[in-house]
Amino acid sequence: MDFSIASILMLDGVTNGAIYALLGLATVLVFTVTRVIFIPQGEFVAYGALTLAMLQTGKIPGTVWLLLIMAALAALMEGVARWRHNGNPGRALKAALKILIFPAIVSGLSVWAAPQQFSLWVQAALSVAIVTAFGPLVYRVAYQSLESSPPLVLLIVSVGVHFAMTGLGLLFFGAEGFRNPPFWDERFNLGPVAVSGQTVIIFAVSLALIVLLWLYFERSLRGKALRATAVNRTGARLMGISSHSAGQLTFLMAAFIGALSGLLIGPTTTVFYDSGFLIGLKGFVAAVIAGLSSYPGALLGALFVGIVEAFGAFWASAFKEVIVFTIILPVLLVRSLRAGHSDEDH
Amino acid sequence: MNFKKTLLALAITATAGTAALADVKIGVSLSLTGPGSGLGIPKQKQLTLFPKTIAGEKVELIILDDASDPGKAAANARRFVTEDKVDVIFGSSLTPTSAAITPIAFEAKTAQVSGAPIAPQGDKESFVFRLPQGFAVMGHAVVEHMKKNGVKTVGFLGYADGYGQGWLGSMGPLLEQAGIKMVDVERFARTDTSVTPQALKLTAVNPDAILVVASGSGAAMPQLALAERGYKGKIYQTHAAATPDLTRIGGKTVEGTFVVSGPALLGDQLPDSHPSKKQAVNFVTNFEKSFGPNSRNQFAGHAYDFQIAMEKVIPMALKSAKPGTPEFRMAIRDGLENMGRTVFAHGVMNWTAKDHEGYTLETGVMTKVVDGKFIVQ
Repeated sequence: MDFSIASILMLDGVTNGAIYALLGLATVLVFTVTRVIFIPQGEFVAYGALTLAMLQTGKIPGTVWLLLIMAALAALMEGVARWRHNGNPGRALKAALKILIFPAIVSGLSVWAAPQQFSLWVQAALSVAIVTAFGPLVYRVAYQSLESSPPLVLLIVSVGVHFAMTGLGLLFFGAEGFRNPPFWDERFNLGPVAVSGQTVIIFAVSLALIVLLWLYFERSLRGKALRATAVNRTGARLMGISSHSAGQLTFLMAAFIGALSGLLIGPTTTVFYDSGFLIGLKGFVAAVIAGLSSYPGALLGALFVGIVEAFGAFWASAFKEVIVFTIILPVLLVRSLRAGHSDEDH
Repeated sequence: MNFKKTLLALAITATAGTAALADVKIGVSLSLTGPGSGLGIPKQKQLTLFPKTIAGEKVELIILDDASDPGKAAANARRFVTEDKVDVIFGSSLTPTSAAITPIAFEAKTAQVSGAPIAPQGDKESFVFRLPQGFAVMGHAVVEHMKKNGVKTVGFLGYADGYGQGWLGSMGPLLEQAGIKMVDVERFARTDTSVTPQALKLTAVNPDAILVVASGSGAAMPQLALAERGYKGKIYQTHAAATPDLTRIGGKTVEGTFVVSGPALLGDQLPDSHPSKKQAVNFVTNFEKSFGPNSRNQFAGHAYDFQIAMEKVIPMALKSAKPGTPEFRMAIRDGLENMGRTVFAHGVMNWTAKDHEGYTLETGVMTKVVDGKFIVQ
């Protein structure tokens, strides 16, 4: 191995690492606020990339119909729950409509826009909107009524949601993969390394998103409310922060990050309906390296995972995944030795 | 009451059984629903063109759906051998469902013609006949082409699964015989986010040719990565990549790639010297006449080949036994094993006692991607 090979591998690793970082951040975010280990995080990546691929072919993506069905289901659940809670049908209807409105607008827009063959950027924005709308609905349908269950129950629900989303992905997108066109078809030569425009976009967007998240949690009231929920749910509720809306907001952000990652990764690889799982799992490894609690830790962990993956694939490609997932063991060992006995969630 | 009903039913089945005894019965279990339906439905379509009589004997097809579920496939097979007493079983479309039929067919001493590659252990193998081509047969065509084009060193870039492993295992001895060196073996997965590291390693070794072992749209990704790293040698793809998805994803980059393929789908394009030309053209024209242009499909081809085998074996078996008897079932099995060189749409078949995979080395055809189409070399 010489310097040029090492630097190309490094670039490849850091590029993938940037995607894992976003997913790792989303995993940490979801876990701290809701205590859900969100396995289906990767599915949003595949949904995002494939929804854009479908729009590219001028077809209405199947995710639009799924979105409508999910929205109707969530609205029904919300309406019935409210009605039983305070017996006021008017308010129940209002609550149901509130859930229904955003998905309905997004779906209507997609059905209208799909055959028009708008520019790539418009279609990308639409794909993000469609997939982001899934976030709160998934929370409402699958998790909200189990909010106060132990993390193990929530984990089992996550596994179920993962299988459902993968199966539906197969139904809507088919078994074959898609590759999206790059957003920026430009190449830069930095010594031995050729950096593509898409790589630059991946870095820029990841960095921007991380900064935005930081600003959101540090500067905005809602961000602070989420942090409060993460620190102490009961305390936050006593202060008037609804754990329902905190959960839905968190899932909204997780879906947004997932969809965006899908768009970023779509032009650099062939995305299949089930590609998301492994990508999400690597983000999860990054989050575990950070103890599921630290954002900068997840970022560093993700870059580490990406680089290990690239070099692992170079030296022993048949054992690449084994290498990546084995690094979690020493991390867990060190964490458990250092942290001693944790009394959280027992 | 219940007892009476049972008796009545028994009586009816008994009479029906004797009446139908003269017909040749074929049990067909296919995945018509579920994830394997894409492989099962074309076979069912082709079976609608199956002849009503063979050698003057009425032929009855009993087609059941196994829903891509091994449990359901086993139940279907159980029904075939106990209730219908079929003479031969055709099925299924997937490896797990086909494997579920095998022990039941073996128990009832009924031959199973499988539309999916399965590898039963021990004695069970003697009642299983496979229709898909094995790796070695296709590998032979690849290695021959490499030899002819002066390839001395080969790199391998394949799926880290059974398909990749099967090819790797078959290519080793074939390449050795041809005096070609395998200089590097790299693996990847369909869902990988990047194949750049593997491509880097291969281009550093820079072999004369690289064999990519992958399927459909997954086969284009490694090729794009190799092109990005500036690899200029020949690239070979396997028959699982011989689908429009390769060119859909790969675009200009996959132009000039050599893709090995079975003869069935190439139809008219086959050179006159290829033994399967007549059957392939026949299959493609009849299938597309019934199901529309460009509906041709390799899985339907397997059902067509099953028909060829039956048309050859049933007359042979009728000479020694009556349909519906254990002797006839055995005669069909022996017939499949001894039918000799038979030209299928998918190649030239020669099942023997030792080899139930059976395709001869004339089978594989090398094609090249030109303007997004597979052109026979």
